[in-house]
Amino acid sequence: MSVSLSGVGLTHANGKVALNEIDLRVKLGERVAIIGPSGAGKTSLLRLLASNLQPSSGQIQLLGQQPWQLSAGKRQQLRARIGLIHQTPPLPPRQRVVTAVLAGKLGQWSLGKSLLNLLHPLDMPGAQAALARLDLADKLFERCDQLSGGQLQRVGIARVLYQAPELILADEPVSAMDPVLAGHTLSVLNEEVSRRGMTLLASLHAVELALAHFPRIIGVREGRIVFDLPPAAISVNALDALYANEQLQAVPASAVPAPVSVQIPRC
Amino acid sequence: MLNPPLRDPAALPRLALTLLAVLLLWPGLTLSELNLAVLFEQQNAANMGGFLAEFWPPAHDREFLRLLARATLETLAIATAGMALALLIAIPGALLASRALSLSAVHRGGRPAWWAQALRWPVRGLLIVLRSVPEIVWALLFVRAVGLGPTAGVLAIAITYSGMLGKVYAEIFESVDPRPSRALLIAGSPRLAAFAYGVLPNAAAEMLSYTVYRWECAIRASVVMGFVGAGGLGQQIDLSLRMFAGGEVASMLLTFLLLVLLADQLSRLLRARLL
Repeated sequence: MSVSLSGVGLTHANGKVALNEIDLRVKLGERVAIIGPSGAGKTSLLRLLASNLQPSSGQIQLLGQQPWQLSAGKRQQLRARIGLIHQTPPLPPRQRVVTAVLAGKLGQWSLGKSLLNLLHPLDMPGAQAALARLDLADKLFERCDQLSGGQLQRVGIARVLYQAPELILADEPVSAMDPVLAGHTLSVLNEEVSRRGMTLLASLHAVELALAHFPRIIGVREGRIVFDLPPAAISVNALDALYANEQLQAVPASAVPAPVSVQIPRC
Repeated sequence: MLNPPLRDPAALPRLALTLLAVLLLWPGLTLSELNLAVLFEQQNAANMGGFLAEFWPPAHDREFLRLLARATLETLAIATAGMALALLIAIPGALLASRALSLSAVHRGGRPAWWAQALRWPVRGLLIVLRSVPEIVWALLFVRAVGLGPTAGVLAIAITYSGMLGKVYAEIFESVDPRPSRALLIAGSPRLAAFAYGVLPNAAAEMLSYTVYRWECAIRASVVMGFVGAGGLGQQIDLSLRMFAGGEVASMLLTFLLLVLLADQLSRLLRARLL
């Protein structure tokens, strides 16, 4: 079992309930997409799984360990085995791409090696290989502030691939890319994950991408899991209900009753 | 009312504010016994004029220049050695005092646990103690302990400046974007590595500019401390002033100007390389 949540709830400091009674089990090597409207709790769920947030209630188990029962040092060791791909990778603007990618291994390297690596990149072939998988091999020595949003996202993916964790969590990993590149990048990510036997959980805006690339889809709405199905079993009605937005429909009330249409957001 | 009288509606409040400022300043002026008229009395003006007239021409005989070069090098050495020692205390102090690398803040939305904050207080207190006593007092103390000479100046600068540098570094670490270092901490990175990869790239330019500025201040401070016998240009200026050798004082002030100019250019050069 790679991830196991039982009855997990998360309440923010301001009293807002982000997640409620989440039960979720993900086996080793599984690939899962999380979909749902904005503000449904997709990012909160991923940050919880990255042990970036502590649940307010319930049990959380990652890679067979309970992160909040561990000492701080052991928790850091567990975190090194989990990789989080950020929607906008937080990279210092003046850092070079090679350094940003190699920083993926900081949790596994000794401090001496990490500091030496800052003076001279120790594993240039490794960084180049990770970037080449995402067609960015030529950007190895560019500075991060010279890249576009989509390129930065791919550098973030390359960093996590270089980290080679057992569990990859991806928060909207392709949101800044055009549809073709987004599809291609997702298939590269899925390929790498399957080849190396990693587990992948990704939240996605684009429903078609989720349905096309993942064998298991989880729909999240208002902090709860609405459905947990293979893509073939998901009906248009289920998607409609997932993305239904009462607030948006309330505005053009005076107009002719709008024909019911599937509102599938694209990237 | 085609031509209403032109009167600035802000005039009255401004006048009132000016009067208030004068009223508040007046006790200050009397308390500090400032009396500018003294400057213009016949005798005093003549005295000062005579003193200033001796400043020209600046002394430039061979022997004095050799002395000046030695004193300048000594001043630079005091400032640099003092800064180097100060950095040895300031950098660990700043890392310990800063919230930027808190592990407990990672899952608390950037606010460290109370006990983590409490542990930072002793370090902060130490930095406050180090910088709250002026360097001239430290210098007087060390002159008694280690005798006249540059050592006292170096120690005094090291102690005071480590407090200032540590405080400002800690604040710089906290003011830069926390997300890169936090992302690294979530990926299991040790704190020092997260600092080197996540904080330092964003903080380096500001730290450098402040450090060079403090070095410039250390040069100035070492001159003041020279007056109490801590070596360098200051001691030389003190001697020359006592001997009414205005030309020598003028040369030394010019040297001084050059040193500050040098520090300024150095800072600009390094910043241009880093930004």
